[in-house]
Amino acid sequence: MSALLRIPTVLRPAMGGATSITVEGSTIGAVLSDVTARFPAVKGQLLNDDGSLHRFLNVYVNDDDVRYLGGVDAPVAESDEITLLPAVAGGAR
Amino acid sequence: MVARMLTITASQRAAMLATCIRALPDEGCGLLLGTSEGVVVDVVASDNIAASAKVYEIDPKVLLRTFRRADDEGLEVVGVFHSHTHSAAYPSPTDIRQAPDPAWHYVLVSLAQVPSELRSYSIVEGEVVEELVRVEGLAPEETSPRPSDH
Repeated sequence: MSALLRIPTVLRPAMGGATSITVEGSTIGAVLSDVTARFPAVKGQLLNDDGSLHRFLNVYVNDDDVRYLGGVDAPVAESDEITLLPAVAGGAR
Repeated sequence: MVARMLTITASQRAAMLATCIRALPDEGCGLLLGTSEGVVVDVVASDNIAASAKVYEIDPKVLLRTFRRADDEGLEVVGVFHSHTHSAAYPSPTDIRQAPDPAWHYVLVSLAQVPSELRSYSIVEGEVVEELVRVEGLAPEETSPRPSDH
């Protein structure tokens, strides 16, 4: 299963510099495993040690946030477009 | 390091303040769409999905929509604004730790005093540097923080 992964600016230096790459996998977990195998330096920014999605990463399949599609189990279909965006959060605390 | 500059219009400044005041008692927030030279083209308000007076998080839907709009319009997401309701317009340790992009402008609105205050910073590897905010559409003597409308 091939999908297009759109890479945010901040992750590009560690992922070969491209704005998007073709990735393999039928779930978000499989896609991110493919990505971290190719670019080990970004693993800590994508996944927690237990394999769940990093708290400060937003992952979308087409228009949908994967948190509402099963997280790492969210299905990926042929030609889907996956977008990674760092969460934008902070606060006075 | 040469200090960078953020250029906004008086109405964009008002839009940021209005978003933050409307969000009270929670922190308000939104994204800045603009050019790599730091000229803001539009202020995109977001719900604070953390719904908290202590923390904020931009709605992931607004985030995706704004990045796509930037691509479509040849612009960039150049920064984020959020309010501190009871503390100064300076990035907190949380803001610094979680700053997503070293190229961004981080605008802080403090509603802790009257007048409210708006300041902008760069945050690069934990180092915070305040930058000049140029407000177009105001006389030069008015470009420093001035009273808000509330």
